[in-house]
Amino acid sequence: MNTTILLFLLQDGITTGAIYALLGLSLVLVFAVTRVILIPQGEFITYGALTYATLATGNVPGTARLALAMGVVAFGFDLFAARKSLHARRILRAAAVDLGFPLAVLGLTMALAGSHTPIAVNIALSLLIVAAIGLFLYRIAFQPIAHTSVLVLLIASVGCHLALQGFGLVFFGAEGLRGPTVSDAAVTIGSLRFTGQSIAVYAITIALIVALWLFFGFTLYGKALRATAVNRLGARLVGIRTSLSGQIAFLLASVIGAISGILIVPITTLYYDTGFLIGLKGFVAAIIGGLVSYPLTAVAALVVGTVEAFSSFYASNYKEVIVFTLILPVLVLRSLAAPAVEEEKD
Amino acid sequence: MSALLQVTDVSVAYGKVEAVRAVTLAVAANEIVTIIGANGAGKTTLLNAVMGILPLKGDVAFAGESIARHDIEDRVAAGLSLVPEHRELFATMTVEDNLQLGAFRIVKAVAAQSFERVYSLFPKLKERRSQLAGTLSGGEQQMLAMGRALMGAPKLLMLDEPSLGLAPIIVADIFRTVSELKAAGVSVLLVEQNAKAALRIADRAYVMELGEFVLDGTASEIAANAQVEASYLGFSHAEKGAV
Repeated sequence: MNTTILLFLLQDGITTGAIYALLGLSLVLVFAVTRVILIPQGEFITYGALTYATLATGNVPGTARLALAMGVVAFGFDLFAARKSLHARRILRAAAVDLGFPLAVLGLTMALAGSHTPIAVNIALSLLIVAAIGLFLYRIAFQPIAHTSVLVLLIASVGCHLALQGFGLVFFGAEGLRGPTVSDAAVTIGSLRFTGQSIAVYAITIALIVALWLFFGFTLYGKALRATAVNRLGARLVGIRTSLSGQIAFLLASVIGAISGILIVPITTLYYDTGFLIGLKGFVAAIIGGLVSYPLTAVAALVVGTVEAFSSFYASNYKEVIVFTLILPVLVLRSLAAPAVEEEKD
Repeated sequence: MSALLQVTDVSVAYGKVEAVRAVTLAVAANEIVTIIGANGAGKTTLLNAVMGILPLKGDVAFAGESIARHDIEDRVAAGLSLVPEHRELFATMTVEDNLQLGAFRIVKAVAAQSFERVYSLFPKLKERRSQLAGTLSGGEQQMLAMGRALMGAPKLLMLDEPSLGLAPIIVADIFRTVSELKAAGVSVLLVEQNAKAALRIADRAYVMELGEFVLDGTASEIAANAQVEASYLGFSHAEKGAV
C-alpha cells in the first residue's frame, strides 16, 4: 500500500466518520433523555436528503404534506390529553405548534419551490420539514407510552421506522436521488484533494458539536434535558416536563439526521431505504460509547468510518460485515464488565 | 377551609395492598406539620401520592383548588414541592446547575433572589457551587435537595426523612433550617422517623400506623402522650443508645 492510498482512505473514512459521529451523538442524546433507541434516525437522514434533492428539482416533496398530516394527528392527541382542563391558552399553543408550524412550512415550501431556488433556501426548508416530522413523531408515537419499558419503546421505534420507510417509498419512489453539492470548490493539499463538500462535512460537524456543547452546557433548556437524562423523577420534581424534554430531543435528533442526509446526498445516491443502514453505523458508534458517552461515541464513529473506508477498498464485498463485526467484541466486553443491567423503575 | 394543603379521605394502593387508608390531613399557611411513625407505616407513600408520583383515591386540595388529578409538574407550578427520601439530585451536574434547575419554572429575576436566599440558608452550598452534586457528602446532598426545592419558591415544602443516614450534628443543622423556613413564610410538611427532633420544631403532628392516622394534635400534646412516648420517643432514645 502506498501513502497516497492510505491518506485517501483515511480522508474518506474521516468524512463518513464525521457523519456517523453526528448520528451516534443524536442516538445517545435521544436514548439518554427518552430511553428510546431511535431506529427511525435512518428515516430522518433519508427524508432530509431526498426532500432536499426533490426541492432541488423544483418540486414540492411529499414530506411537507406528511408533516402537516402528522401535525393534525398530534393536535388531536394534545386536545385529548388536555380534555380535563381545556384552557384557551393551552389549546392555542397546541394549535400554533401542531397546525400553524407545519402549515407555515408547507406554505413556504409551495411558495418557494422552483428550479431556481437558492441551495440555502432548499436546505432550510428541508430541515424545517424534517424537524416538524421528528417533533410530531415523538408526540404521536412515544409521548403516550413514555412511561413504559425500554423494550416497548424499542418495538414502537421499529414500528415507526417501518412506517416512515413506507411513506418514503410513496413520496420519493424506488429510484435513487442525488442532490446538488453545497460548493463546487476544491483545494489540493499535497496528494489529497479536498472537495467543497467534504470541507462542508467537517465544518458542519464541528459547528454542530460545538453548538450542542454550548446548548447542553450553558442554556437552561439544555441543562433541563441533561437533568431529565440524569434523573427523570428529579427533573419532574423541579417542574421539567418529560414530554417537553422528549420533544426537544426528537427535534434535535431529526434536525441532525436531516443535516447528515443533506451532507451525504451530493456524495452518494440515496434511496428511500438507504438511511437505515447509515443510521445503523451511527448506532454501532453509539453502542461502543455504551449509549451514554458522547466523546467515546464520536471517536468510535471516526473508527467506524475509517474501518469502512479500508474494508471497502480491500474487501468491498465484506464491507458491512466487517463494520458490524466491530460491535461484537464491544458487546462481549460490556456484558463482562456489567453482568446485570437493571431496568429503570419509573 | 383556609388550609393551604387539605388532604381528604386519601387512600393509596400498590395493586391490591392498601398502603394508606382514608387519611385526612391539613396544613395551614405558615405552619410546620409532622407525620411520625415507624418504618413502613405509609408516610413516604402518602407524600408521594400528594406530590402526584403515585395515584390516589380521595381528594387533595392546594390553596383552595383540587390538584388530585394534576401532573407532578402542575403541582410544582402551583407551589408544592417535595424533597424525596432519595433526594433525586442530578448527580453528574454541578451544585449550581442543580439549583438553577430548581428554578426552572420561575422567571430569571426571581431566580436570582432565590439563589441568594438558598446560599444564605446553606452557605456550604455556595462554597461547593462548582462541585458535582454526586461528590457531596450525605448532609450536603440533603441541603442541596432542600435548596433545589426552595429555588422554585414553593408555598409548601414536603420533606421526606431529611435526617435519614445523617450525623446528629448535621441533623440538628437541618432541623434548625426547617424552623427558619417557617419564619420566612414557607409551610412545611415533615415526615420523620426521628420523632423527638420532629416534634420539637413542629406546630402540629399526626401519628401514622399501618397506613392510618391513629393520633393527631399539637406537637406538645403528642410529645406528652404516654403511648407515643413509649412507642416512638422511647424507641428513638434506645436507638440512639445503640448507635
